[in-house]
Order: sequence, then C-alpha cells, then structure tokens
Amino acid sequence: MSTLEFRDLWVRFGTGRSAFDAVRGINLIVPSGKVVGLVGESGSGKSTLARTAVGLNDPHHGQILLDGIDVAHAKGGTVRARQRIQMVFQDPYSCLDPRMSIGSSIMEALDVTERRKRRDETGYRPMNRAARTARVGELLAMVEMGPASSQAFPGTLSGGQRQRVALARALAAEPDVLLADEITSALDVSVQGTVLNLLLELQQRLSLTVLFISHNLAVVSRICDEIAVMNRGEIVEQGPGARVLEQPQDPYTQELIRAVPQIGVPLFGKEEIEL
Amino acid sequence: MSTLPVPAGPGQSQVQRFAAVLRTPLGIATVAGVLVVAFVAAFGPALWSAQAAATDFSQLSAQPSPAHPFGTDAGGRDVMARVLTAAQLSVGMALVATALGVVGGVIIGFLPIILPRRIARFVVSATGIAIAFPALLLMMMFSIVVGTGVQGAVLAIGFAMMPAFGRLAQTMSSSISGRDFVLAARVLGVSRFRILARHILPNVAEPLTVNASLAAGGSLIAFSGLSFLGLGVQAPDFDWGRLLNEGLSKIYINPATALAPAGAVIFVGVVFTLLGETLSRGFGIEPLLGKRPRPLPRTAPGGQEVADDVDDATVLRVRGLRVAAPARSGWTHPVNNVSFEIRRGEIVGLVGESGSGKSLTCLAVAALLEHPLDVSADSVNFDGSELTQNGKVPGRIRSAALRTMLGTRLALVFQDPSTSLNPALRVGSQVAEIGRLHEGLSTKAAQARAIDRLAEVRINNPARRAKQYPHEFSGGMRQRAMIAMGLMGSPALIIADEPTTALDVTVQRGVLGQLKAVNREKNAAILLVSHDIAVVTGLCTRVLVMYRGSIVEDVDVNDLVAGRAKHPYTRALVDAVPTMTAEKGEPFTTIPEGTIFPTALVEETV
Repeated sequence: MSTLEFRDLWVRFGTGRSAFDAVRGINLIVPSGKVVGLVGESGSGKSTLARTAVGLNDPHHGQILLDGIDVAHAKGGTVRARQRIQMVFQDPYSCLDPRMSIGSSIMEALDVTERRKRRDETGYRPMNRAARTARVGELLAMVEMGPASSQAFPGTLSGGQRQRVALARALAAEPDVLLADEITSALDVSVQGTVLNLLLELQQRLSLTVLFISHNLAVVSRICDEIAVMNRGEIVEQGPGARVLEQPQDPYTQELIRAVPQIGVPLFGKEEIEL
Repeated sequence: MSTLPVPAGPGQSQVQRFAAVLRTPLGIATVAGVLVVAFVAAFGPALWSAQAAATDFSQLSAQPSPAHPFGTDAGGRDVMARVLTAAQLSVGMALVATALGVVGGVIIGFLPIILPRRIARFVVSATGIAIAFPALLLMMMFSIVVGTGVQGAVLAIGFAMMPAFGRLAQTMSSSISGRDFVLAARVLGVSRFRILARHILPNVAEPLTVNASLAAGGSLIAFSGLSFLGLGVQAPDFDWGRLLNEGLSKIYINPATALAPAGAVIFVGVVFTLLGETLSRGFGIEPLLGKRPRPLPRTAPGGQEVADDVDDATVLRVRGLRVAAPARSGWTHPVNNVSFEIRRGEIVGLVGESGSGKSLTCLAVAALLEHPLDVSADSVNFDGSELTQNGKVPGRIRSAALRTMLGTRLALVFQDPSTSLNPALRVGSQVAEIGRLHEGLSTKAAQARAIDRLAEVRINNPARRAKQYPHEFSGGMRQRAMIAMGLMGSPALIIADEPTTALDVTVQRGVLGQLKAVNREKNAAILLVSHDIAVVTGLCTRVLVMYRGSIVEDVDVNDLVAGRAKHPYTRALVDAVPTMTAEKGEPFTTIPEGTIFPTALVEETV
C-alpha cells in the first residue's frame, strides 16, 4: 500500500533554444490501492510522466514522492525504494528479450529483488535457487500462464501472452505501484479484455496502486477510480471517473469525449460533417 | 489457461536454419572453401616448407613446368610451395588482426553504455573522428609507430579496424538499449554490466560475427597491401603480400609467380565473404534462399461460374479471391476464397483482427500483390473492367489502359501516414504525379490541380503547403493529402486501409469526415478497413466480417448494432468492444484464447 505523488513536476528535453517541456508542472496523486487513469493524445506527455517516475527520464524540476520519499533524484537507497514502482510497456513485441526464455526473464527480476531485499530488510532470509524457481512458476500461474511456458521464448507467444509475462516480470519485483503504459493498445480487442481483467484482478488481490495510461476512454472508464486528462504536458482536468466522463468541465476533455467513436452511434449526422 | 506445446527457443529453430543453409549451394561452397583454407593453413608449413626453402640454382626465375607448376622465384625456390607455406602466416595474421579489431571495437562500442553520460559522449565523438580517417592511412600510421614485421602489421591492422567496429557496436547496442526489454531491466534495477552481458551482447553478437567474417577477408587484402608496400612482413618471413611484391617485379618474365599469390588472396577473401553470407543467412539476418514450394495448380480456385457482365450499379465485384503465400511446408492461404460486392456510392466496412487477411484482400483487389505471393480469383471486376487474367490477378497490370483506369478510378489510403508519402519529394508534386501520369496533364496543369485538390480536402493555404515536404505535415494532414491524391482522378472507389489507426481520436474524426464528404460529393464508394468496430459502425452502412482469411458475415450495420449478427465470431467481436456505458468494475467480455470459430459464410435468412 503506497501513495505516488507528482508535485510540480517538469520534464525538459533538449537544452537552450531547442528545449521542449514535455511535462509542465504536473500535480497528481495516485492514492494507495486505487487505479488512476491518465488519458490524453499522443505527445501529451503521459508516457514521459510514467517514465520519469521509474527513472528513465530525469525531471527538470519538481518531486515524485513515493510514500513521502522523493524518488525523482534517486541515489543509493532511494533507487532501491524507486524499484517498488514498476512499469509495463506498450509494445508486446519489444518488452521481452527475444534471446531469453520467459523463465529467465522473470528469474532476472527475482534475482534483483532478492538483492534489494537483502540490503534493505534486516534479518531477511534469502530464497535459495529452488525456492526462486518455484516462485517463477507461481508468478506465471498468477498471470494464467502454464508452468511449461517458463521454457518458452517470446517468439512463440502471442501478443496477449507476452503482455501477461511482462506483467509477471513486473510483479516479481513486488511493486507497490504499477505503471501501465498503454498495455493493450497493440492488442486485438478480443485479447485486450483478458489482459485487463487480469490486471484488475491482480490489482485487487495485491492492493496495488496503479497509474493506468491509455488513450481508450471506454477502457479507462471501466477500470479507473479517478481520471486525469492531459493535454500538451499539463493536466487539464481530473476527478472521479464518472464525473469527468459524464460532466467534463474542460473544453479539451469535452472534445476528446465527443470524438470517441461508439458502436451504433453514427459519427456524423445527416448534415453535420465537421472538417 | 494457456498451455504451450513444445517450448521452442531461438536455439532450436536456428539449428534448423543452419542445417537448411548448409544444404544450399552457398552452404556447400562455404564448407568446402573453409575446409581447404583450414587444411592448408594448418598443415602448409609442415608439408611444404622444406620444398619452399629448397633453392635450385639451375632453375632461377624459371617458367612454369611440371616440376614447378608456377615456376620458381629469383632464388630458384618453387613458387607454389611458397604460396602454400605462406597460407598459415597470411590467414593467421588476418584472423588475429580481425579478432583484435572486433574485440577492441566492441569494447569501444559498449563503453558509452557503462560510462557516465558525459564521458560516454566523448567516446562516441572520438570514435566518430577516428572513423573519418581512411583505414589505410590509420594502418600505415600505426605500422610506422609500432614498427614493421609480423607483430607490427597485426597491431596496425587490428587498430585500424577498431573504429569501424566500435561504431558498428555503438549503433547496434544503442538501438538495443532503447528497446523496452532493456528499459524494463533498468526499471527493475539490473546493473549496467548485467544488462550489457545478458541483454545487449547476445542481441548484437550475430551481426557482429557476420561483419567480422567479412572484415577478415578485407584484412587479408590489407596485409597483402602492407607487405607489398614493404611495411608488413620482413624477410626471411614471407606472406602472400611479399610473394606478390617479388612476383610483380618479374610479371613480364614470369606472370605465374605473381598470379599464384594473387589467386590465393582472392580465393581466401572469397571464402571469408561466403562464410559471412552463410552466417547471416543462418542467423536469419538475411532471408533464406529456400526452395519455393511447388507451383499451385492453375485451376480457378473457387471453381464458380461467374457471369461476364456486371450490374452497372456495382463498382467492385470479387469472386473466389485467394491469396497464397509460400511457406516451408507448401502454400498457406492468408486469404481464402473471398467473395463480396460493393455498390456505387456505398460505404462498406471490412472488420477483423490482426492477421485475418483484411489488408491482403485490399491489396489483392488493387492488383498490388506481387511475387512471391500468388493471387488467384474467379473474377475481380472493378468499374466494369475485369482484372483477372487466366484466373490470376497480376501484381503488375500490363495493359496501359487498364493501369490508367485503376490509377484514376481507384484511390488508396494506407494506415501509416509516415510512410505512405515519399519523404524526399514535395507533397504537391506527389499529389500531382497521378495527373501527369494518367491524364497526360502538363507539369503546370497537374500542379494547379493538385493545389485545387489539397484545398478540397481542407488543407489551409494549399499553394504553400504543396511546396512542403511530408515531414512538415501532421499525421492527419498526410492522410488528407493521400485522399487528395485519390481525388486527382475521378475515383469510383476509395480503399482506406486503417486510415485513422495511427491518429489521435480528435484527428480521426476529421479524416473520417473528409472521407464521408468525398463519398457524398463525388459519389465515390468507400471500403473502410478497420479493426475498430465502433469506427466502422459509425460510418458504414454494411459490414464485412473477416476471420482467418474468410469473410464470415456480410451484415447490415443496423442489424450488427442491434445485436442481430448471426455468426458467433461477429457477435463475440462486438461484445468484446468496451463501451463507455458499462459500469465501472464490470469485467471485460473476452474471447478465450484458442477459441476456433467456423470460417464458412453465415447464410442470410430473408
């Protein structure tokens, strides 16, 4: 159970005249055990925000607090604290090392986690090899993959299976906070549901704090407690899911919601063709 | 729960690939060449060094004879024996220098990943500067610094190879280190050294091996050059370069003494290149030159009798369309016996999941699929013209009239706006090309019409925009430019293959609106291919559902929306689409993995 908080966060790419602020003064709280949806269009800065939280981008200014500890400028012990935030990426075809079996990918995550716990928790009794192997099997079972899959290589798995393995690898690090960055946008709609149901179930079982990034409003509305809408590096609106979707206040949010195609709703009326 | 059959790693399939490569003529030649070179290099000195050292004063600079197939040198020594003896030193030096170059290069190349950012940037720029010097210059400089002789030459050539391999390793490792699995490892807290050893090295090892093998051939020639210049191997040692040097001075007296070492250099150089080629095919970097499966029988696939005349209200009629792709075990059919019709002015959706054959169907209909794919059909009739010839849809239409008809009456909009326009040409001239090519317009007239059409698809300031390059256009504007290109003629049908998948929803609405406007104003029919059922139901009147290469249902949009679809796959697909109206926390409807639906077209009940 952990709270993730972004406090006046700025992320800048480039320097001097070519400098570009991808994230501009974001304030956002992802409350403990809740799912917060972050929606917005490409280039709005949602992925940059997530990548900064796990240390893949450096913040220009501001803080990222995990239970009150600033992990934005992490060093030593705070780097290990930051590892309690884990991330699942968008592209199922690039998220797993093609040269490593599924089992060894997860084992690698377990090994790192073991080392972290040995250093941080006094009196921690490390798992031996056999216990770790058993744990790999458990993690695969958690994401509904058979034990035989631990020998398989990513090339033999479908997109949905790969995303489930990526989820298992993130869970191996025993995260308190999970960042899901468009984890189903590359999947077919029939597979998307399986991955999302699994994510929801695990979120509840492990009481994970989740920042769920997506451009798909229908998906976000179904699984998120709160929704934040990002546009051009800023959060333009945030609040309880139902409120944001049903009574959007911000003009950009209104435009976004109106543009979402819905089954059975003609996109354009008889005379209304907007160009 | 997914259970996986036989766990197959890349190892297993790679062994199979190598076995297949070694059975090709290329593989056989490589194995034979490598064996010959290895044998001569290993045993050459033992077998021939005595003969190579034996001087025969009665035969100084002799012409080729049965006793001396390539004659003798100025000291009366047998040239052939000397060439064979020199193989060990020549090949050995080439290999050692290449190894030095590769290892040094890889270390230089991987340093930026381990080092702090600022020092890393310095290493990258230093490599860049080093690579700007010609390798030959570096080589000569090093050999003067290190000194002549075997050791000096090996070090000189090894060092001279390092910048190139350093750059190669840098480029490859930086592309790998941007991939998600490396990012995930970093997020997990895996150390940089472990990331390097476990993730990056295995993924760059294969292209590096291939390049090393090709470079070995190059270094062999470099050694010969160095020795030829007198900077390499010194007497009494001799390699092919020195033999070449000695032979060349007497080329008019006895050409064979120069040709023998030259031939040896060429032979071994070719063997190294073949080895590189074989490795790259074995690793799967280059496509396998496999055998094609036996040609398909020439019978019409569906075997349907198709009437010649097409109803005038029909713009496209497809009967028994089949796309076959060669696979290792015969032919596969990603599109299997597809039939459908589009009426003039109609907007039809084609939905299905990835791999269902939607895009192939479109490309086949537009006569854009070429070898090695095989497209056959009983009939593909577009705008009154039959595109099939002898039951096949050719990838290149021979008849100029038919090409012009397709060019002006059929428009295509593809998924990826970043690749559908040529980045090197101005947008205006790309749009204008259709008019010049098919309607014989002058450059000026075509350009004027292009600007007019760009205005028609609501591109502001079209005259200025036409002079811009595609990268100055946003994704949505590029798709509009593609539509404008289609409007250069008078399109009867626009095939839009996932035209808005790469776009944001707010932009998507504009592009779809543009298609709708063209449909209404020009009465152009639209085939809208999409994986997004919501988009399709929002724009189309009729929907074709594709599953595993077959059209399984042809359903009216109102029926589809009202839940009156008949095929179980269609119903499952529609149910799986999340809607904004569902309650929070409600689980998503899924299609369990491994569910197999029938692929037969569901019968319409009237």
